[in-house]
Amino acid sequence: MSQVPKITSPDDLARWQERLKSQRDPDKPCLAICAGTGCQAYGVNRVIEAFQEELEKRGLSEQVEVLSTGCPGFCERGPLVTVRPQGIFYQRVQIGDVADIVEETLINGQVVERLLYEDPTSGQKVVHEAEVPFYQLQQREILWINGLLDPTHIEDYVALGGYSALMKALFEMQPEEIVEAVKKSGLRGRGGAGFPTGRKWESCRRAEGDPKHVICNADEGDPGAFMDRAVLEGNPHSVLEGMIIGAHAIGSHHGYIYVRNEYPMAVENTALAIEAARACGLLGENIAGSGFSFDVEIRRGGGAFVCGESSALMRSLQGEVGEPQAKYVRSVERGLWEQPTTLNNVETWANVPLIIAKGWEWYAGIGTEGSKGTKIFSLVGKINNTGLVEVPMGVTLRHIIFDIGGGVPGGKAFKAVQTGGPSGGCIPEDMLDLPVDFDELNKVGSMMGSGGMIVMDEGTCMVDIARYFLDFLKEESCGKCVPCREGIARSLEILNRICEGQGRAGDIELLEELSETIQGFSLCALGRTAPNPVLSTIRYFRDEYEAHIHERRCPAGVCKSLIEYWIDPNLCTGCGACIRVCPQLSIEGEKKAPHIINKMQCIKCGACYDVCRFQAIVIRSGEAEPVPVVEAAR
Amino acid sequence: MTEAAMLEGILDSHDRDPANIIAILQDIQTEANWLPEEDLRYVAARLDIPLSKMMALATFYKAFSLKPRGKHIVSVCLGTACHVRGGERIAGAVERELGIKGGETDESLTWTLETVGCLGACALGPIVVVDGEYHGQMTSAKATRLLQRVRKADENGKAK
Repeated sequence: MSQVPKITSPDDLARWQERLKSQRDPDKPCLAICAGTGCQAYGVNRVIEAFQEELEKRGLSEQVEVLSTGCPGFCERGPLVTVRPQGIFYQRVQIGDVADIVEETLINGQVVERLLYEDPTSGQKVVHEAEVPFYQLQQREILWINGLLDPTHIEDYVALGGYSALMKALFEMQPEEIVEAVKKSGLRGRGGAGFPTGRKWESCRRAEGDPKHVICNADEGDPGAFMDRAVLEGNPHSVLEGMIIGAHAIGSHHGYIYVRNEYPMAVENTALAIEAARACGLLGENIAGSGFSFDVEIRRGGGAFVCGESSALMRSLQGEVGEPQAKYVRSVERGLWEQPTTLNNVETWANVPLIIAKGWEWYAGIGTEGSKGTKIFSLVGKINNTGLVEVPMGVTLRHIIFDIGGGVPGGKAFKAVQTGGPSGGCIPEDMLDLPVDFDELNKVGSMMGSGGMIVMDEGTCMVDIARYFLDFLKEESCGKCVPCREGIARSLEILNRICEGQGRAGDIELLEELSETIQGFSLCALGRTAPNPVLSTIRYFRDEYEAHIHERRCPAGVCKSLIEYWIDPNLCTGCGACIRVCPQLSIEGEKKAPHIINKMQCIKCGACYDVCRFQAIVIRSGEAEPVPVVEAAR
Repeated sequence: MTEAAMLEGILDSHDRDPANIIAILQDIQTEANWLPEEDLRYVAARLDIPLSKMMALATFYKAFSLKPRGKHIVSVCLGTACHVRGGERIAGAVERELGIKGGETDESLTWTLETVGCLGACALGPIVVVDGEYHGQMTSAKATRLLQRVRKADENGKAK
C-alpha cells in the first residue's frame, strides 16, 4: 500500500481529496478493465497482463494507466474495457485484440469497430460507454462507481468524494439526526425482508445494553443473486463508510462483516479496505479526530445457506452451529452475545453514504410510495443481456427484462421470471407490468428478496424448478424445527415422483396442504417461505403439473424420465459430432447419412444435444413415435 | 495430523478464543486440505470445547471436509441460473469424466468433485471452478476438455 496521510479532521480529508484530484490528469489515457469475478471467468486476468506487456513493449507504461475495476454490471459482454478519457466502450475483448486497441485507439486515436457493442434491435454500433442502452436505461447510483475505481486503492474512492459523507455524519450531525435522516429517506433492508432501516437503527440506539454491535450481512446465498458480491468486491469502502456512519448513529464501537465462504475476492478486497481505512485514521480509535471509535472484523461463513438468516448468522459469529433462534426478543435488543445488534445487508450499507451525502429528501424522491431508492437486480438465466441492473424501485418487470435485458435469446418464448431466490416465486408473463417493489411482488406470491431475477423460457419446466428449489432447501434446512425439516423433505418426495412420471391424482392438493403447514409453523424465514416456489408454480402453471401427472409428459422437455432424445433425419447432416461425444456409444450412422440413437442404451445425458450444431437432436415428450426412416433413405 | 506447532500458530492468530472456532477450522482446512480427526481432538482439548460440539460444527458447515480431499477441487455450480441453462448436464459430464459423484474424492486423491448452490457468477452460467479458477458458459464438451487439459498438464509435469 502506498503512503497514505493520517486524517485527523474533516479538513485533512478535504485537502487529501484536493491533492488527489490535482495529481490526476483527466486527459491521461486510461484502460479501465473489469476484473470482477464474472470477467475473471472469461479469463480477463490474462487480458490485463497482455495489456501491460503490450504497453511495456511500446514504452507506454508510464503514459497509460491500466485500472482493474470491480464489476460495472454488463457481464454478458465481458471482458469489458473502457478507454478513457474518451469513454470508448469495448466488449468481449480477447488477448488477440490487445495489440489493436493499443495501436489503433491509444496511439492513432481510432476506434476498433469490431469490438464495439452493437445494439441487436437497431443494428447500430455504440461507441461510448454512456450510450450503451443497457446502461442508459438504468439509474446507477451505487454501481456507477464500480467502473471508476480500483477497489484495492483507497485513494481512488477518496478522490471520487469517498468518506465525505462520514465527515458530515461525524462532525455536522448528531446521532439522532442520522437516524432521523435514514428513517425519512425510506430506506428498507435490501437483504430480502425489507424492514425499514431507520426504525431498526432507532430501536437499537434506544435499546439498553453495552456494547452494541453492527453487522454487515454479506452471506449472499440466494442462488442467482450476486449484487452484494459485486458491491463488496468492487467498492468495499462504500460499505465500510456506511457501517461507520451506522455505528455512530447507534452508538456501537465494534462491527463484523460476515462474508460468504464462496467469495474469496470479496474477502480479500474488504480486508485491504479495512487495513487502508485504519491506516488513514478513518477506522479504529478516534476516527478522523472526532472522538468516535469503531472497528470492524471480517468473518468468513462456512458454506451454510441458513446463515444468511440474521439469528443464525449471529450464532455462527459466536462460534456456534448456525441454527436460527425463535425471535421472542428482537436482535436490536438482544442479538449477538445477547447484546443490542443492528444487522444490515451489503447493499443497504452501501446506500447509507448516499443518503447522508445527498440528503434524505433526494433519496426519498426516488422510487414508489412504500419502497424508496434504487435496487440492484441480477438478471440471469435465459436472457440476452445478463448482468447487474440498478433501477429505481417501481419500474416494471417488463422494462427490466425486455428493455434493459433485451428479452429471451434464440427466438424462444418467455415463460416466467423467478424472483426472491428459494423464498420467492415464479411470475408469469401476464404479470410483467407489475411495478417492482417490496409490496407488489409479495401480493403475487413472490418476493423481491435480495434481487435475483432468473428468467425462464419455454424450455424450462416449472415442476422441475419447484423440485429444484425444494432440493436446495432440503439440503440447507438446518433441521432444527419439524415443519421445515420434514415438510420440505416430504414435499420433495412428491415432486420427485411427479418429475419421474409417477405422480398421482391428488398430489397437487397434497403439496398445497403440506405447504400451508410449513408456512404456518416453521421457526424462521427459510421454512416459512420455502413453499413459495411450489405454490407459485402451481398457481400459475398448474397445467404443467397436470401434464406430468395425468399424461406422463413434460411439456418443456426437461424431466429425464419423461423425455427422449431423437435425431430428426431431415436436419441431421451426418457430421458425426454426436457419435464422438456419446458416453454410451449409443448413436450410430454412416458419415453424411442421418444418425440414429439407440433408445435402449441412451442415458439421456444430453451430451449429443449440446454438441449438435444443426438442431437435429430433438427432445420429445409424450409425442407419437415418428415414422422410421426407410433404410434406403439413410 | 497437522504439526502441533502449526496448530498452535493458528490458535494464536485467533487469540485462542473459542468464539473464533470456525475461523480456526477454516485455517486448518486451508493447511491440511481437510479436517483430520486428530486435529479436531487437539483443538478441542486446547480450547476446552467439547468434542461433540467440534463434530457438530464440522458437519454442519459444508465448507468443512472430514475426509481427505483431492489435489484438484472441481466445483460445479447448480445455482438457479446455471440450472436453467443446463447445469445438471454439465455436472453429469464432469462426473463421467472424473468417475466420481458430487461430494466424492477419487482413490488416488487427485480429484474432489463438489456441487455448489451458487458461485455468484450467475451471468456466465453454467459455471465450473477448477482449483479456484472460474470457467463460464460451459457445455458438457467444454467441461470435459477443461478437465482433460488439467489432467494432461499434470502428466506433463510428472514426465519432466
